[in-house]
Amino acid sequence: MAKREYAFYPGCSSQLRGSAANYLVSVESMCEKLDVKMTQIPDWNCCGASISYAGSSELARHVLSARNFALSDKHLPGQDIVATCAACWLGGRETIEKLDASSQLLADTNEALKEAGLQYKPGTEIRHMVEVLVEDLGYEELGKPVVKPLDGVKVAGYVGCQTNRPFGIAGESFENPMYLDKLIDTVGGESIAKYEEKVSCCGGSLAFCEPEKAEKQIKNIVESAYDHGADVICTPCPLCQANVEVYQSEINRKQGTKLNMPVVYYSQLLSVAYGGTLKEAGLDGHIIQPKKLQDIAVKVVKK
Amino acid sequence: MGDLNTQMLDKYRNNFLREVEEKVDDGDWVKMCMQCGVCAGSCTFGPDWEHTPQKIFMMIRAGKREEVLTSHSMWLCTSCYNCMVRCPRKLPITHIMHGLASYAHRLGLAPKNQPTRDFSMIFWENCTKTGRVNELKMTISVYFREGFVSGIKKMWTLRNIGRGLFFAKRLNPLELFVSHGCKDKDGLRRALKKADEIEARRRGYAVQPRGYSS
Amino acid sequence: MADMKTAAYICKGCGIGERVDTAQMAKIATKEGKMHLVREHDFLCSAAGVQLIRDDIDKEGVTHAVIAACSRRAKTEAFYFPSAAVARANIREGVIWARPDTAEARETTQEMADDYLRMGCGELKKMKLPGGNPDTGHAKRLLVVGGGVSGLTAALEASKTGYQVVLVEKSGSLGGWAATLHKRMPVREPYADPQDSGMNELIAAVKGDRNIKVHTNAVIAKTDGAPGRFKVDISVESGSSVTEEVGAIVQATGFTTYDIAKLPELGGGKSANVIDQATLERLAADGAAKGQPIRRPGDGGEVNTVVFVQCAGQRDESGKHLAYCSGFCCGASVKQAMYFKDANPAINTVVIYDDLRMPGNGEDFYRSAQRKGVIFTKGKVTSVEAQGQGCEVKFRDLILDEDATIAGADLVVLATGQVPNSGVNIDIPEEEVAKMEVKPVSILNLTYRQGKDLPQLTQGFTDSHFICFPYETRRTGIYSAGPVRRPMDVAQATEDAAGATLKAIQAMENAGLGRAAHPRSGDLSYPIVQLDGCTQCKRCTVECPFGAIDEDEKRYPVFNESRCRRCGTCMGACPVRVISFENYSCDTVGAQIKAVDVPDEFSEKPRILVLACENDAYPAIDMAGMQKNCYSAFVRVIPVRCLGSVNTIWITDALNAGYDGIMMLGCKHGDDYQCHFVKGSELASVRMSKVDDTLKQLSLEAERVISHEVAITDIARVPQLINDYAAKINEIGMSPLKGFA
Repeated sequence: MAKREYAFYPGCSSQLRGSAANYLVSVESMCEKLDVKMTQIPDWNCCGASISYAGSSELARHVLSARNFALSDKHLPGQDIVATCAACWLGGRETIEKLDASSQLLADTNEALKEAGLQYKPGTEIRHMVEVLVEDLGYEELGKPVVKPLDGVKVAGYVGCQTNRPFGIAGESFENPMYLDKLIDTVGGESIAKYEEKVSCCGGSLAFCEPEKAEKQIKNIVESAYDHGADVICTPCPLCQANVEVYQSEINRKQGTKLNMPVVYYSQLLSVAYGGTLKEAGLDGHIIQPKKLQDIAVKVVKK
Repeated sequence: MGDLNTQMLDKYRNNFLREVEEKVDDGDWVKMCMQCGVCAGSCTFGPDWEHTPQKIFMMIRAGKREEVLTSHSMWLCTSCYNCMVRCPRKLPITHIMHGLASYAHRLGLAPKNQPTRDFSMIFWENCTKTGRVNELKMTISVYFREGFVSGIKKMWTLRNIGRGLFFAKRLNPLELFVSHGCKDKDGLRRALKKADEIEARRRGYAVQPRGYSS
Repeated sequence: MADMKTAAYICKGCGIGERVDTAQMAKIATKEGKMHLVREHDFLCSAAGVQLIRDDIDKEGVTHAVIAACSRRAKTEAFYFPSAAVARANIREGVIWARPDTAEARETTQEMADDYLRMGCGELKKMKLPGGNPDTGHAKRLLVVGGGVSGLTAALEASKTGYQVVLVEKSGSLGGWAATLHKRMPVREPYADPQDSGMNELIAAVKGDRNIKVHTNAVIAKTDGAPGRFKVDISVESGSSVTEEVGAIVQATGFTTYDIAKLPELGGGKSANVIDQATLERLAADGAAKGQPIRRPGDGGEVNTVVFVQCAGQRDESGKHLAYCSGFCCGASVKQAMYFKDANPAINTVVIYDDLRMPGNGEDFYRSAQRKGVIFTKGKVTSVEAQGQGCEVKFRDLILDEDATIAGADLVVLATGQVPNSGVNIDIPEEEVAKMEVKPVSILNLTYRQGKDLPQLTQGFTDSHFICFPYETRRTGIYSAGPVRRPMDVAQATEDAAGATLKAIQAMENAGLGRAAHPRSGDLSYPIVQLDGCTQCKRCTVECPFGAIDEDEKRYPVFNESRCRRCGTCMGACPVRVISFENYSCDTVGAQIKAVDVPDEFSEKPRILVLACENDAYPAIDMAGMQKNCYSAFVRVIPVRCLGSVNTIWITDALNAGYDGIMMLGCKHGDDYQCHFVKGSELASVRMSKVDDTLKQLSLEAERVISHEVAITDIARVPQLINDYAAKINEIGMSPLKGFA
């Protein structure tokens, strides 16, 4: 039996053929090495994300999250739900907070859920994957499976917004959270303490509808990483990853810059350090190749 | 939808603050703003906002209903939550901005072709169709929202990104035909339809026509 | 002098023994200092060391002792010998800690230690054991002037502490402004709603207190005397006069509201529906008494919209109105807006403010008002004009940066400020007073030579250092409390009154014991004047910051020792040097200056005299030593009670003795002064501006005498100033006057 078990809520982008498909792959290999068992919530649905506010209503968004909670409770009772996506986690936490605060909203939500034959019972916990790592396992335990320390890899820890605000990781500050840097250091990489854009916004989903404005943000995020001599940017959020990696070519095309900074997930760093292959670490899923990490992944270590 | 706007105008007359308190999500917080301006200085796209959150709160108190509800400003919210964690009065500013945008849309006052509004609509429709987002279809809808020719142009400029994502196995034309989705998407859509009914009942609106019934 | 027996004690503890040659110092004490008894000790502040000194005093008849050990600011309890005159030579903080412990510094460090011991011996021989002011008064009653919340609280606090009180109130009833309030700001959790003012209970408590004698409809015709023996003539209603003897006075004469008619642009005096906060309190109280809502004063109509205009005639930069913020008025408007909201939430209440200032728990009260729906708008009101039955308020919205209008305001409340009732401004010359339309009326009618009322610092408020010594005025034994001291609300006035009362009690008790009050609390020395040498120049009577010195018919100074704070400003002012203290005089300091061994001009060892205020500069120098912030070995520091006590003879003596430079370190002066004697450092700077003439006469450079304002926190700055000055002296060269004295 695995040491720890969680109900897993991967979210839409992590699905096969999705924009964060490699995130899921790396999380799975990372969890295997850490003896963490993640069971997908059967028939989970989209959380609604932060952007759906015009099309939806507040209640409808709570119904989306509550349906996932109800399913988890039904099929995986007693297990904390773990989300890998910042927006999924944030949306879930907001729903829990709001329904805890208002019995009316709770009743309304359940009235709607009844249509799907489900019921949400307060008491659910939804956690971000990072919380499981730093709170349940701890840095010391995370360091144990390291077989390939990321020697000489300078990593700009880009925390972004929604894993950091408004809830964040307990004990961390909103203005300068340290957990990502600590994770980087734990697996032998070199974190950048003074990375200015650590908690800046990449534009989020507005990269779709207001690309110019988002590109301005992304340019700063990438250039600041270059200024500090980073080899790679690392993030806990699928939208941050996608935006910051994908739009660099657009910025280059429009502004004549030569941005080519790879952007990876923390789970990929851990996976590589734990001996994961290119494929296991999802390092085959990038437009901008994280060369240094790939080199480490293909290196053979003597046991 | 214009009808709803007239109804609300009649109901609240000059008291826009009360209207916001009663009709906008978390709108009852607006009166607690102390006008320090930290939100304005913390906003990601702040320099692009015609009216910063601070100003919007003041405009609400000053009864500038039309100006607020037809503004592009709150549609520029990236949901970064910076304002919210910094607000010394703990106003849920992000939620209020979403609430105002949503209310403006509901009243039919949101600017025409507002990109974020359109994207939001597409997103919701997309994710509620099967219960999960189909990124490819959503992207295509976003690019083609202003018509076929402009859509093709946008797709063409972004072709390299598409190709890169394809080779990285993060985008696949197959998605056009095989969609992810919930098995019980009907149950989900029934629940959402019910949610709309309850919402309408609580707020005193007519139920918004949507394609939930499959 | 016949029975003077001197002794020097040289401590070797705290590293002194290792750093300097104490045996050599002992020799100096004997040969140069002419001490009758010289002892070295390894650990002088130990029980054994202290016993040694005590035994010498008791058994050997030692009357004067110089202790060469740590700073005079350290070990004050161990080295407290009430039956002997004691001088301290600062060898620890002032020498070994202020100097590097290196071989090359050893010689100059030793010279410093030797000099400080010489200075101590010199000072000691000029000192007498202070005997305490014999002219004491023993009245222990407290006079409270003013029967508002400050005065009533002061009276009650004094009574609770066991003192008798005489309370004088100008009007026919007690309670002042606070009694006219409908309600007051909350003082308890959750700070959400206005609460009862509690004034009825307070008034009843005072009336029922047998320790408190109340005179209403009464004013003070004359205040004579000094702490411990004030004689106060009170004119009472019947036209007759009562004389009361009191030990100290608390002046709690409160404020007058700023005249609304001076604000016509805000509708003041032009529309009946434009009122001040005090008037609204009355309307609210009247309404409540009748069980009716507040109505429009103009026509008794219903009130649907109320606008509060903050900072009306306040924080004014044009010079037309009050320049300051009265502090209480934001809270008052928030409270008054609640009068309306609590009665009827539909009433539209708008507070137009620039900065909402809600100190303390006022923040919670502000939030409560926001929750109740009071609208707060950041703006600047430009005009209020009558319009129909109500008013039109025009303002600049400072957030939206546009002009805005509120039409149809039924009531406009102007938040005007507090004008202190501080009586006559004694600094205004009589010829200007003669030109005034409304003659100021004195409150205390003091018989003091310097004027009838308490001196004012700024804006008509009585003098007091807000942070270091609130309540203190420039009249010993008279303390101000409440809005006459600074603008404040009821809660602050209550606290203020308790503070001032305790200070007044201290002053009475000290006066009875012949001791000084703050800041030399407990000091038994007092100014002694040799009238036969006095030239009646009046400098002492004019310059005394505390009005302690009157004049007799022959225009000789009359010292009221109980009013004196022992700063020595009179001593510094006296051109003929006839004023002295038993343990601090022109001679005690002069002897120190002369005791220093000044090397000849070829020695490359200049001497710099530092006269340092004992309140701030001297502690700063000590602390620099404690932190091992080293400074030049060429300085010799003498603490002075206040720069105001520095007599120019010291400067002349030092220059003649061949000192190469003189530094005077005193406190900041001006409106935001830090001088413990209020005017001492200012007077010193005026006097020293005239030193240039002396320097010219002696053909010396102007830089030979400099002064700096120093704060107690300047621990790093003071050594820097000293070192910079030592470098400067090095630059301009040695004094040409060496060897002529």
